[in-house]
Amino acid sequence: MPATDGALTKEVRVACEEPRGGLAVAVWATLKRDLMLLLRRRSEVLNPLVFFAIVITLFPIGISPDPALLAAIAPGLLWVAALLAALLSLDSLFRADYDDGSLEQLLLTPQPLALLALAKVAVHWLLTGLPLALMAPVLGLMLALPAGSYLVLAASLALGSASLSLIGAIGAALTVGLSRGGVLLSLLVLPLYIPVLIFGAGAVQATIFGDGVLAHLAILGALLALALIFAPLAIAASLRISING
Amino acid sequence: MWAFINKLRSPKWFYAISARLLPWFWAAALILIVTGAIWGLLFAPADYQQGNSFRIIYVHVPAAFLAQSIFVSLAVTGLVFMVWKIKIADMAATVMAPLGAAMTFIALFSGAVWGVPTWGTWWMWDARLTSMLILLFLYLGVIALRGAFTSRDSASRAASVLAMVGVINIPIIKYSVDWWYTLHQPATFTVTGRAAMPMEMWLPLLIMVLGFYSFFIALTLMRTRSEILRREASKRWVRELAAEAK
Repeated sequence: MPATDGALTKEVRVACEEPRGGLAVAVWATLKRDLMLLLRRRSEVLNPLVFFAIVITLFPIGISPDPALLAAIAPGLLWVAALLAALLSLDSLFRADYDDGSLEQLLLTPQPLALLALAKVAVHWLLTGLPLALMAPVLGLMLALPAGSYLVLAASLALGSASLSLIGAIGAALTVGLSRGGVLLSLLVLPLYIPVLIFGAGAVQATIFGDGVLAHLAILGALLALALIFAPLAIAASLRISING
Repeated sequence: MWAFINKLRSPKWFYAISARLLPWFWAAALILIVTGAIWGLLFAPADYQQGNSFRIIYVHVPAAFLAQSIFVSLAVTGLVFMVWKIKIADMAATVMAPLGAAMTFIALFSGAVWGVPTWGTWWMWDARLTSMLILLFLYLGVIALRGAFTSRDSASRAASVLAMVGVINIPIIKYSVDWWYTLHQPATFTVTGRAAMPMEMWLPLLIMVLGFYSFFIALTLMRTRSEILRREASKRWVRELAAEAK
């Protein structure tokens, strides 16, 4: 009798401890799962990129095809268009998981929700922000962006879009429970995007004018560091609100 | 402190205590605003550069002060609501948000009216104006988010989180807009005479600022009281109150 009792408690103990031990395992599993899901739904990855290209096409048509004029406003246009593309992709960040109930499972795991949410945001950046950053130089070429600023454009977008994903995820988490949260999401998130836009577009402009680029990039990095600390907590709190409500 | 926080949990207690405080704040608001307005608009000396148009300051500056303080209050009440689950804090936040948005709008509008005689234009992408505009958007976001939820508890908590996120961002937005402005445009137009202001101009401004704050407190207390009645309508003390009133 004592032997089976001991075996039982051991089993119970193992069952309780197993999920708690593996924070790295849980984060890695979330990363892998989200990456795989997104890679299987390619259109969701491609749509923001196509949107980015179309919006950039609209500007020469709407303003003027004059290269000198376009070159002057290209840094801002590219940044605003990339920002909007990243914003549009946010609505789907938690949507599918919310609909099929796996978001609830995520909330129930013993691992801290903030870190798991951070993993989801990391995947979002990897498949939205980073491709946008890599694509931006090509569109910059079409807008006659002055030579020498292409690398800074890509770097500032790669760095800045990480902050955009983190800040935007707060809005996405707050609105995921609402049936039509799309426009509301933009309303909540866009004012918070302004600092990133200022320093991101500022970095590209600083290269063109020959000013110090590193200061802008450093501030973008600082914004990212701040967002990395605070945003996951806010995302986790917002997800709890959306699920329980 | 704890006793006070525990008392705040009771809407009934708040309803009773605010009834006693309310007349004082209304009286203070009335006296201060009337005094400040008459002094500022009629007796304060005209500015030697801007003439009489500088008198817009007596509405513009208090409104701008309130616009910023109310957002901070939203975040503080949001924090209190999230941490201690004090419903009064959320009721106050509900009624303060539209007031804050209105104050931001008044500050922007009076700034635009002021801009015509001083700058010759209704709108300038000035750093101060731009950050005020962004503040207005933040207010509208909080109000819209609260309105979007069907469950009141979710709405309250979501609005609290957004207000806290916004308040962390306000200084960042403010400094980045300042930086952006100095990069793009030389600061040719600064609102003159704000720092170095003679006493006769500054005192009525101080009175107006205090008056606006009293007005804000009085209005918030009053609207929180009606919010209490609305949310606690099924409670016995509210029904007894209604029966007495009849």
